[in-house]
Amino acid sequence: MLKTFKFGGVHPKEEKLTAGLAIQRLPLPKKVILPVAQHIGVPAMLAVKKGDLVKTGMLIAKSGGFVSANIHAPVSGRVSKIAERIDASGYKSLSIVIETEGDIWEESITLDQPFQAIEALTTAELLLKIRTAGVVGLGGAAFPTHVKLEPPAGMKADTLLINGVECEPYLTSDHSLMLEKGSEILKGTSLLMKVLKVQRAIVGIEINKPDAILLLRDLAKNFQGIEVEPLQLKYPQGSEKQLIQALTGRMVGPGALPASVGVVVNNVATAFAVYEAVAFNKPLIERVVTVTGKGVSKPGNFLVRIGTPIKELIEAAGGLPEDTGKVILGGPMMGKAISNLKIPVTKGMSGIVLIQEKEASRQQVMPCIRCAKCVDGCPMNLEPYLLMMISEKGMWEQAESNHVTDCIECGSCSYTCPSSRPLLDYIRTGKSKVGKLIRSRQNSVLTDKQIPI
Amino acid sequence: MSNLFTVSPSPHTKGDDSIPKIMWSVVIALVPVILMASLFFGLHSLKIMVVAVVSCLLFEYTIQKYILKVPTTIRDGSAIITGLLLAFNLPAGLPVWLVVLGSLVAIGIAKLSFGGLGQNPFNPALVGRVFLLISFPVQMTTWTANITVTDTFTGATPLMLLKEGVKSGKSLAEITTNSQMPGYFDMFWGNMSGSLGEISAMAILLGGIYLLWKKIITWHIPVAVLGSIFLFEGVLWMAAPDRFMDPVFHLITGGVMLGAIFMATDLTTSPMTPLGKVIFGVGIGVITICIRNFGAYPEGISFAILIMNGFTPLINAKVKPKRFGGK
Repeated sequence: MLKTFKFGGVHPKEEKLTAGLAIQRLPLPKKVILPVAQHIGVPAMLAVKKGDLVKTGMLIAKSGGFVSANIHAPVSGRVSKIAERIDASGYKSLSIVIETEGDIWEESITLDQPFQAIEALTTAELLLKIRTAGVVGLGGAAFPTHVKLEPPAGMKADTLLINGVECEPYLTSDHSLMLEKGSEILKGTSLLMKVLKVQRAIVGIEINKPDAILLLRDLAKNFQGIEVEPLQLKYPQGSEKQLIQALTGRMVGPGALPASVGVVVNNVATAFAVYEAVAFNKPLIERVVTVTGKGVSKPGNFLVRIGTPIKELIEAAGGLPEDTGKVILGGPMMGKAISNLKIPVTKGMSGIVLIQEKEASRQQVMPCIRCAKCVDGCPMNLEPYLLMMISEKGMWEQAESNHVTDCIECGSCSYTCPSSRPLLDYIRTGKSKVGKLIRSRQNSVLTDKQIPI
Repeated sequence: MSNLFTVSPSPHTKGDDSIPKIMWSVVIALVPVILMASLFFGLHSLKIMVVAVVSCLLFEYTIQKYILKVPTTIRDGSAIITGLLLAFNLPAGLPVWLVVLGSLVAIGIAKLSFGGLGQNPFNPALVGRVFLLISFPVQMTTWTANITVTDTFTGATPLMLLKEGVKSGKSLAEITTNSQMPGYFDMFWGNMSGSLGEISAMAILLGGIYLLWKKIITWHIPVAVLGSIFLFEGVLWMAAPDRFMDPVFHLITGGVMLGAIFMATDLTTSPMTPLGKVIFGVGIGVITICIRNFGAYPEGISFAILIMNGFTPLINAKVKPKRFGGK
C-alpha cells in the first residue's frame, strides 16, 4: 500500500498535457522585469540605478534582511527603468527593468567547470553560497531557502524531504526537471543534507510519474541516505504539512514549523538550484515553467530567465488561443488568475495555465445540503461549511475558535462542493479578519504593558 | 490586447459533483426497492409511488411559485426522492387522498416552511409518515397483503404479530409459530407484510451498496444503526431469550433496513463528522429497540430517526473533527 496523507484530499483530473515533454530553452527576452519583492519576506534593496550596465548573474537587488533574498540580473544589458510595474498579485510593485543587450555572464560563474572541491566546503560556506545565489523555494511559495536551512534554536532536523509531488493538475515543470536533471537534483539533495547535518533524505513522488520514480531510484543508489518514495495520487500532497505526514507520519502542529518535528522540506527544483549555486556559483536567474491548457497548440516545459514577460512564454507555446477565458499563474487549484500578460516570470512561478472560456466561469451557487463532502475533503480536518457560514455572518471569534487560521487554502472544499459554494473565498476572508484580530490583540497586550501605572 | 480575462480567486477548477447528480443517483439507488414493491404489491404500490412523487413535485412548485414567491427548485430532484421515500413508508392500500395529504405535510411543512433544500431539520418523508401514522392510525396499519400470498385479505406485519402477541400474553414460541409469521428468508427477500419500501432487505442493501460506491453516503450511519440494533437486541436476547426476539429478526423486519440506509443517511438531517454520524446512528438503534420492546408502538425507527434529527445540531456543535496536529 502506497503512502499518503491521512485526512481528506480530493482527486482533481490530472490534465498533465506536457508530461514527458523535453525542457525547451526559450530565446532571450528583449527585456526583463524584476520585482524586488518576489519572495516571501522583506523586499530586496536596489543595488543598481537607472542607466547601469549589468552582466548576467550580477547582483541587482540585495537581500533586505534575514527573511529575504538576493536578486540577480537574468540577462546582460542596461537598466532602463526602476519603476512600479504590475506583478502577479495584480498590483504594481517596485521593479527593475533591464533592456537585453546580450548574455555575458559574470566571471565568478563557472558554468563549464563545476567547482571541484565541493566535499571540502564547510556547512557555513555552503549556506553562504546558497544565500548569495538568492535561492528561494521554487514550488510556488518562494520562501528563502537559507532560512529553512537554519532552523530556530532548539529545533534539530533529522530528515530532509524533497518534494517531487507536483499534485497540481496540468503542471509538469518539476516532473520534466526530475527526468532531465535527476542526478543534479540528488547532488543538491546531498548538499542540503550536509548543511542540515541530517543522515536521511526522502524524495516523495506521486505514482503518476513512474518514469521519474524509477530514474531517481536508480540514481539514488549512488548517494548515501537518499530514498525515493512513491506516493498515492491525492491532492494536496505537495502541501508541506501533508507531505510530511505522508512520508514520515509526523504531524506539524498548528502554527508550528516543520523543524519542530525534525523535518525540513524543499522542492526538487530548489534542490537543483542549490546544486547550481554551489557547483557553478550560479545565482537563481532561470527556472522551468510549464505553459499549458486545453486549447494551447504547443504546450511545453520551458527553461526561461526570471523576469521574462509571460506573453513571450505564451507565444513560445503557440500563442494565446482565441477562446482563452482565464490565465492562471501556477496550477488551477491554488494558482492566481491574472488580467495582464505583461506580468513577468518570478522565482516562484511554476506554470501558466490557459483555461478555455467555457471552463473559466464558476457555476451557479446552490444551497448547502450538508453533504459533508467539504468536511471529508479537508486535509486540515476543518469544517469548511461552518467556517463559510460563520464568515458570511462576520462572527470572527467563532471563526477563530473553529481554527480558521489552520486553513492552507488548498481549495479542496470548493472543488468538491456539489452546490458550487465559494467556501474558500469566505474562509480566506475569515482568515484575514481573524489574523487582524489576533495581531491587534497582541499589540494591545504590548501597549498595556508599556503604560506606566 | 483586446482580451478580457476572467479573474477570480482559486480554485479555478471544480469537481463534477452537483445536486441533481446526487439526487438522481439516489433515485437510481431506489430502483431495486421500487421493483420489489411492484413485484409484491403490484399496481397498488405503483399508484401510491406515482401519487406521492407527483404531489410532492406539485406542492413544491405551487408553494414556491404562488405562496413563497421564490424561484422553483423542482428540477433538483430532491422532491422526487421525498415522494418516493414517503411512498416507501406507506401501506399499499392507503387511500390516495391520504398520500396527497402526507406529501403536503412532507413538502409544505417539513421542507419548505424551514427554507427548502438543505434547511430542514427533520427528514421530510418521515415527518409526512409520522403525521399520517398519528392522525390516521387505522388506515396506516391496514396492510394489504402481498399479492403473492394466497389470502388477499389483510396481513399483519411481523412486528405487529410480535407486539400483539406479547400484549395478549402469548409466549415467543407461540408467536413465531403463528402461520402468518414469515420465515427469515422470506423476510429478507421481501415476502412479508409491511410498508411498500421496507419489505425487501435485499433490495435496500443493493441500493445501499450503490450509494456507498457513488460516495453519496458513508458507511458510518448504516453500520452504526444496524450494529447497535444487533448488539443491543443481542444482549437483551441472551439475557432473556423467552422475552426478547433474536437480533436478526429485528434487523430484517419493519423499517430498520430502509431507515438505516435511506432515511437516516439523509444528508441534510444527519451530522457532518464521522464520529457524529456514529453517535447519531447508535442513538437511532437504541431508541428503535427501546420502542419496539418497551413502547406502545410495534415499530419505532421513524420516531428514532426524527428524535435523532433533533439532536443533529447539538451533535454538530459538540462533535468536532480533531484539527490537524492538534492536541
